Amino acid sequence: MGVTGNPGPGVAPPMTSLRAKFLPVLTIVAAIVALWYVAAIGMNAPFQRDQNSRDGVSPDAWTFIGQTLTQPKPTMPAPHQVAENLWKNIFTVKVTSKRSLVYHSAVTLSSTLLGFLMGTALGVVIAIGIVHVPALAKSFLPWVVASQMVPMLAVAPMIIVILAAIGVTGLLPKALISTYLSFFPVTVGMVKGLRSPEVMHLDLMRTYNASKTKTFIKLRAPASLPFFFASIKVAVAASLVGAIVGELPTGAVAGIGSKLLAGSYYSQTIDVWAALIAGSICAVLLVLAVDVARVLAGKAMGARPA
Amino acid sequence: MNAILSKWRAGKGTFLLLSGVVACIAAAFATGGADEPGFAGLVGAVFAGLAGGIVGTAASSRRHWPVPAFSLLFDFLLALVLLWLVRSALPGSVGPLPGLPFWFFTVAAWLFAWSVVNRMSVFAAQGWLKSALGLAIPALFGLTVLFLWEAVTRGFGIPFVLLPPPSAIGARFAASIPLLWADFNQTVLKAVLFGFVVGSGAGFLVALLADRYAFLANGLLPIGNLVSALPIIGIAPVMVIWFGFDWQSKAAVVIVMTFFPMLVNALAGLSASGAMERDLMRTYASNHWQALFKLRLPAALPFVFNALKINSTLALIGAIVAEFFGTPIVGMGFRISTEVGRMNLDMVWAEIALAAIVGSLFYGAIALLERAATFWHPSYR
Amino acid sequence: MPSSPAPCITASALSLTFATNDGPVHALKDVNLDISKGEFVSFIGPSGCGKTTFLRVIADLERATGGTIVVNGMTPHQAREKRAYGYVFQAPALLPWRTIEKNVALPLEIMGVGAAERTERIARTLALVNLKGFEKKYPWQLSGGMQQRASIARALSFDADLLLMDEPFGALDEIVRDHLNEQLLQLWARTQKTICFVTHSIPEAVYLSTRIVVMSPRPGRVIDVIESDLPRERPLDIRETPEFLRIAHRVREGLRAGHSYDD
Repeated sequence: MGVTGNPGPGVAPPMTSLRAKFLPVLTIVAAIVALWYVAAIGMNAPFQRDQNSRDGVSPDAWTFIGQTLTQPKPTMPAPHQVAENLWKNIFTVKVTSKRSLVYHSAVTLSSTLLGFLMGTALGVVIAIGIVHVPALAKSFLPWVVASQMVPMLAVAPMIIVILAAIGVTGLLPKALISTYLSFFPVTVGMVKGLRSPEVMHLDLMRTYNASKTKTFIKLRAPASLPFFFASIKVAVAASLVGAIVGELPTGAVAGIGSKLLAGSYYSQTIDVWAALIAGSICAVLLVLAVDVARVLAGKAMGARPA
Repeated sequence: MNAILSKWRAGKGTFLLLSGVVACIAAAFATGGADEPGFAGLVGAVFAGLAGGIVGTAASSRRHWPVPAFSLLFDFLLALVLLWLVRSALPGSVGPLPGLPFWFFTVAAWLFAWSVVNRMSVFAAQGWLKSALGLAIPALFGLTVLFLWEAVTRGFGIPFVLLPPPSAIGARFAASIPLLWADFNQTVLKAVLFGFVVGSGAGFLVALLADRYAFLANGLLPIGNLVSALPIIGIAPVMVIWFGFDWQSKAAVVIVMTFFPMLVNALAGLSASGAMERDLMRTYASNHWQALFKLRLPAALPFVFNALKINSTLALIGAIVAEFFGTPIVGMGFRISTEVGRMNLDMVWAEIALAAIVGSLFYGAIALLERAATFWHPSYR
Repeated sequence: MPSSPAPCITASALSLTFATNDGPVHALKDVNLDISKGEFVSFIGPSGCGKTTFLRVIADLERATGGTIVVNGMTPHQAREKRAYGYVFQAPALLPWRTIEKNVALPLEIMGVGAAERTERIARTLALVNLKGFEKKYPWQLSGGMQQRASIARALSFDADLLLMDEPFGALDEIVRDHLNEQLLQLWARTQKTICFVTHSIPEAVYLSTRIVVMSPRPGRVIDVIESDLPRERPLDIRETPEFLRIAHRVREGLRAGHSYDD
């Protein structure tokens, strides 16, 4: 399997040692955290100055900095405030509690996964159709591409409302938005993947007088695997975004999206940031899961270890 | 077996001619005697079957003009006639729903249109004809979908709030041009364009910098790859808190969303030139900037355009979704969320249509630019 | 010591070791060689024998790990900075977004040659490789042989008197290769350049060269250096003469000896 995906997001250049690999990343992360602190101090300073003059106190510089980093509703929460909130809402609160970020993440993840599975299945089916029916390739594929010009995320509230109007509520409406967002990368990637076998291999199948089905099972499907994993990696991330945005309207009470919205209504900035980080952790876990699946599938099929 | 097949192919012209005659008779009956569902239904059923048969046996081998032109024209005319019949039988917003014959004719019209698409897509056309077909086939397909949408929503009497027929959306669109223009101005001309240019530009510049200092690239690339999987749209509430309700906060969301795809793609592009070409530059003892401008930047262009395409979609989505978290009383996202609340679905759909048009034009413009700038790339030769 | 008084490349006890995950690889070991101005030297041997590595050391694309090498009286690094050589790769390596003439202009632009002189040199070198009339074409519009000729023109355009060629015709079919070999000999006679030519074809090496360096792998080293006494004027059918076959035989013997040492 020497095929790789499209020349899209690149791969890191090969590194020789762990140190060479992690040192730059750690440096950049440290720089980001440092910048974050500076930004927190700078952005929270005006409010603190107002507060202090109202209270008639004039603290020294260090106390002032300390104050900017411990506001209850800061413009920019400091990293340790967010970390504290995360710790509290992940590990110390009961999982079933409405305050638990694990609970909200689970709600979001369940619709993400449902939508992702439906989107992947739909994407694969459309791709198979497009590869085997020339009329579909010519007439439908341009519309698959054009369908992404409809900013479906923007329509997410409407879909939720429409479905609620006909009595469909709960997991499914959100999952449908995820489905819409995730089918596209899978379709495009799989069309590429199913067409990736070389002419020589296809000719070989012809010499065996193999049927379309056999050619598909023995040649096209295995050849498309690298493309499949590359596209579901994109799809799973898109699914998560869809699920989160799907939770924004209609006063949803659970999920990371609803945490974001509630936090922004009540200016609970620390909550907003904690929810953001929780969402990011979910994204990383999902992408890692896909990567593990890719490596396992590769091993099972005797791919050359990278 | 072959003989039978070729006979069938030869006989198909006659077969089609016959079906045309039937069509004319049916047309006369359907327009004249709409209150005779029995007979019209029969004719409709015959048609649907006929169309299905034609689609089923449609030639899958590649052919050249003008061999199948006759059958193509025939299917096309038949589809047109049927469409016209269905159109004239469409129920109004009030009144009884149509019966079986209507659906038979609808299905037949759809199948014939499908057959036209089918026939057109097996042509091995060249030159201008090829590009014309490349446009005509999806256009025809799209029209068919619109037609089916119209027929289904009105034929089944689907509630307006659930899914308005395209004609109603079109009417609403035409009637609210000034409002749509104001929203377009607010969301696209201010937030999207500004954010897109600044975000993509910053991503590109940082990529150039990271390309110069490998340490920076080694640190940024994994982070950039990671960030591209994160739900960045979630920063929208934060940006609204920071930059206020107006377009600046939306532009900020767009900047963050477009920054990383450009960074990652441009970095990948800058290392895309071949080892041999880079050795070549070394044998000329060229300096960093000469190698950059003469070799590595041009080689990176396909990647940069890839990022621009991704960003064009992201920018529009980012700006619209960010408006859900608070805006002045104008903007595409604002309009969508408020009109959904009022169940004015035709207005929502008009905004969606606007977004789709803007998105397609934006994407198309970048694609054209790409074609001009990377004409040498194997995918365009 | 070389018979010619003007040395171009002098390598003594040259060695290059790559560190890999499977331990060190001796790409070059103890190579001693002198190449004089105006010579046409071919390097031949199986893959992994270090012939390309040697060329890359001359070009300062690799750094030797032992011994010394002098190019035009300088270190390879200085020679590269002075743009002392033109390099032709295995593939044409033409930039696809530049026309043929712009590709030939590339080194001239980098070296800061003025526009008027550029035009003159492009015309001259394209004429030299028989590519007149293809100036405005893009690389992909030309055949493989023509593309490689364009890349030779590019290497000639800045008038370095050393030409390093790394299996330039390896990817071409034999008919085209014969044709290009003939043209290369004419070009060499006209320009009086020193040419180092890596190949894995015995007839090609014997047909082109004044001297043939036979190399062997693991470690990469020189087995034999064969002086050719063929006349400088060489029609293609010289390849059927007994003298030619005698030299070709000796090259083959050398290659075989290198292998028996190994297996």
